[in-house]
Amino acid sequence: MPIYSDTVMDHFMHPRNVGEIENPDGVGEVGNPVCGDMMTFYIKVKDNRLADVKYKTFGCGAAIAVSSMVSELAIGKTLEEAMKINANTVAKELQGLPKQKMHCSNLGDEALHKAIEDYLNKKSGKQVTVPASAGHEHDEEDHCACPYCEEEIKDESLPYCQACKAALTLCPECGKPMAKDEKTCQSCGAKIKS
Amino acid sequence: MEKVYLDNASTTPLLPEVREAMLPFLGEIFGNPSSLHDWGDGAREALDEARGQVAKLIGAESEEIIFTGSGTESNNFAIKGLAMARQNAGKHIVISAIEHFSVMNSAKTMEKMGFELTLVPVDKYGVVDVGELEKAIRKDTILVSVMHANGEVGTIQPIQEIAKITKEKGVALHTDAVATAGTIPVNVKELGVDSLSLAGNQFYGPKGVGALWVRKGVRIIPLLDGGIQEGGRRGGTENVPAIAGLGKAAELAAANMEARIKHLTPLRDRLLNELPAKVGHVIVTGHPTNRLPGNASFCVEFIEGESMLLFLNMQGIAVSSGSACTSKALKASHVLIAMGLNHELAQGSLLLTLGADNTQKDVDYVLEAMPPIVDRLRQMSPLYSKFLKESKGGK
Repeated sequence: MPIYSDTVMDHFMHPRNVGEIENPDGVGEVGNPVCGDMMTFYIKVKDNRLADVKYKTFGCGAAIAVSSMVSELAIGKTLEEAMKINANTVAKELQGLPKQKMHCSNLGDEALHKAIEDYLNKKSGKQVTVPASAGHEHDEEDHCACPYCEEEIKDESLPYCQACKAALTLCPECGKPMAKDEKTCQSCGAKIKS
Repeated sequence: MEKVYLDNASTTPLLPEVREAMLPFLGEIFGNPSSLHDWGDGAREALDEARGQVAKLIGAESEEIIFTGSGTESNNFAIKGLAMARQNAGKHIVISAIEHFSVMNSAKTMEKMGFELTLVPVDKYGVVDVGELEKAIRKDTILVSVMHANGEVGTIQPIQEIAKITKEKGVALHTDAVATAGTIPVNVKELGVDSLSLAGNQFYGPKGVGALWVRKGVRIIPLLDGGIQEGGRRGGTENVPAIAGLGKAAELAAANMEARIKHLTPLRDRLLNELPAKVGHVIVTGHPTNRLPGNASFCVEFIEGESMLLFLNMQGIAVSSGSACTSKALKASHVLIAMGLNHELAQGSLLLTLGADNTQKDVDYVLEAMPPIVDRLRQMSPLYSKFLKESKGGK
């Protein structure tokens, strides 16, 4: 199917490292069934390196391929290196993802980072929040797409999409742009009270 | 590899007889039907013939048929055109919660332009709540629109019952019959509606052509202003080849309808009965019996529709899904949500729509292909592992 690259299809058809780890060192869960994708990542850490990464994924072809790619990229990396894996690296390694899938399905890095956070919390016995800049960097390429025309939104402060002029607002929950009249944020699934 | 097309709700294939009927108008008979010379005559005759064929399919008069560019255009035309024509009497529109987007979004556009809109709920089978519909009609209601059948879940609506109410209250009633016209018997007089939409690619005709029937005497404002084509109700030179094809498809549908229904119904019933039994944790969506003859729709628990669709495609099977991931808008089907299904279930939506070419062997093949695909996806689903753990825990 031409909507996905060959690499995406390969990872979708033959996902690497699927499964759960018994007694994992860390678990990270992201997504919700409203936007259709959920991922749970399990990690095993040895000498500050990811000795094993497994996952379970509910979602579309992109979500499954992303999980598979993230697990492949992460295994063997130090925790610091793994925290640098982000949605853009994953998309690039997959030879690109359709625009509308970038934010809903490309959650594997977040799930992995949550699992690492969980591990660090357990280890230190207290709440450690990994600074957002360590992993989920909002760099030049990581802009959100307009829900109407799918063009990138370069300036999130404007109340409309610069490409198609549709009215947009920022979701109070996740901060991503969403269609103004919608009652549910398509990025995070939050119910918006009008 | 086996090839099984089970997505006839998206579009049906073009019948060879229909293609034959179209060819002269892609060749020697190229005239503009509005021209008075000989070149125009041939094209005009084709339009007249097609108008008669379409009218006959739905029990209407030829002059009541307006050719359009699609079912979507027909619905836009009906909702916007009837609302605009009647706005002096009121500005309230009532539609069901499960209308096709071409009705739903047309009504929402009218809402933005100062009309008021009420959505009538449906029950768990997707049947419109007629009591609620009656309550929703106010003094200023000018238009009600309820689809004849929903293509996504197959449920056929009680249009005659609704028509009794709208007639009594003096409100116009439009029905979107895109999923039914040419597939099951549709008669505008028996239904008691004021306007009705249909589309060629739903019954083995060409794409890009549809028709709107408007009962004689009902005023409608054109969407496309222009020349005197279609009685001044739809400007623009007519798509003669497509209209000729639509006419031929309508003629064949009327002649073969009974045989087609007899062919489709047992195939559909096998899917409805055997798929849930074979796969497990599958629910049938839509009405169990009062549904379109070729429509088998399901929700498969714990997994998502697009991944199922992709795997089935790998096996040569074409289906569709109303899951959020399959839609470009990334929203689960409003039809399934309106029927009270939760988002998790709606994500597992799977729609198999049979057509004239399908055989018992095709059904066998799908029933064989489905279980391993579902199993494979469930094995990697966090929802399924959660379910297994919870059921082990005695919950």
